[in-house]
Amino acid sequence: MQITLNGDRYEVAGPLTVTELLAQLEIDARRVAVEHNLTVLKRDAFGATIVHEGDEVEIVNFVGGGSWMANG
Amino acid sequence: MAEGRSVDLFTIADKTFSSRLIVGTGKYSSPAVMVQAHDASGAEMITVAVRRVNISDRSKESLLDFIDTSKYFLLPNTAGCYTADEAVRTARLGREAGLSNWVKLEVIGDERTLFPDNEQLIEATRTLVREGFVVLPYTTDDPVVCRKLEDAGAAAIMPLGAPIGSGLGIQNVNNLRIIREFARVPLIVDAGVGTASDAALAMELGADGVLMNTAIAGAQDPVAMAEAMKLAVRAGRLAFASGRIPRKLYASASSPIEGLVGR
Repeated sequence: MQITLNGDRYEVAGPLTVTELLAQLEIDARRVAVEHNLTVLKRDAFGATIVHEGDEVEIVNFVGGGSWMANG
Repeated sequence: MAEGRSVDLFTIADKTFSSRLIVGTGKYSSPAVMVQAHDASGAEMITVAVRRVNISDRSKESLLDFIDTSKYFLLPNTAGCYTADEAVRTARLGREAGLSNWVKLEVIGDERTLFPDNEQLIEATRTLVREGFVVLPYTTDDPVVCRKLEDAGAAAIMPLGAPIGSGLGIQNVNNLRIIREFARVPLIVDAGVGTASDAALAMELGADGVLMNTAIAGAQDPVAMAEAMKLAVRAGRLAFASGRIPRKLYASASSPIEGLVGR
C-alpha cells in the first residue's frame, strides 16, 4: 500500500501498526514522535494505531538548533 | 554573604535553575565540541529543534545520543515555523519526543530578518497554554507585544537583542529597560548576542536570563567562548543586583583631597 511518509510517497506492506512501521524503518521508537493523519500520537499508542492505505505519517526527532538560522 | 551571592536561583514556571544561561545545539563543528561547550557554559537548559527523520538516510546519529538528559533539561523549539498552526503542530510533536511540556515558541514572519510574526505568535501562545504547555515565546522587543504574550499565559518572555545569528549585540537597550519595568514573568534575552560583553549588558539591564546559540557555536573556540558567556552572565547578574553608581558628566575623585603633599 502507499502512504505519505514525511511528505513523500512511500510503499509499505500493510495495513500495519506504527510500531511495525518504525521497526521496518529501523527507527528507535524512543527517540521520535509520530503524527498520524495530523494527530500526534502518545508513545504508548504506537502499538494500537493502524496505518492504512493513503494515510499521512510524520516521524520527527530532535536535531541541533538554537534558532532558525542555526540549523545548517 | 559569599554563600548568599553564590545562590542565585532562577525560576520559570515550576522549574528552578541555578544557571541563567540557556544554550542551543546548532551550528557546532562536531557533537564532541558541542558537548564540551555545553559543559563549559554551565547551562542547565538546552534548546533543540524538531525535524522530520530522514527516511532514506538514517546513518546519522541522533542528537540525543550526545546529550545527557539526566544533566540537561531539553527545551524543544519551533524554529523555522512560519504560522501558528505549524508551530502548534511542532510543539505537540516536541512534547511527545521529549516528554516535557515546555516549548521555546518561534513563529517567524520574515525570512531575511527572521523577525517573529507577533500576531501568529500570540495566537500560538494562547493555543499551547490552553493545552497545558509552558510557553517561552521568542518575540520582538515591543513592550506591548510582550504584555500581550504575558496576558496569553506565556511563562517567560524572550525578546531579541538583535536579529538571530547577527551577533550585533544588544541594539535595543531602552526597549529592554521598558520591558524589564513591567514584566511579571521572567525576561530572557534571546538572540543577538555576539560576545561576552553583550551577555553581561543584557543581564545588567535586568534580564533574568540569556539564550544564545551562534555566539558560542560559531566562535573560533566554542568551548572557551562558552565559559566566557557563563562568566559574563554571572558578572552581569551580580552587577545588576549590586546597584551600579549613577552616571555623572564630570570626574569625582576617589582619594581624599586633604593632606596632599606640597599644598
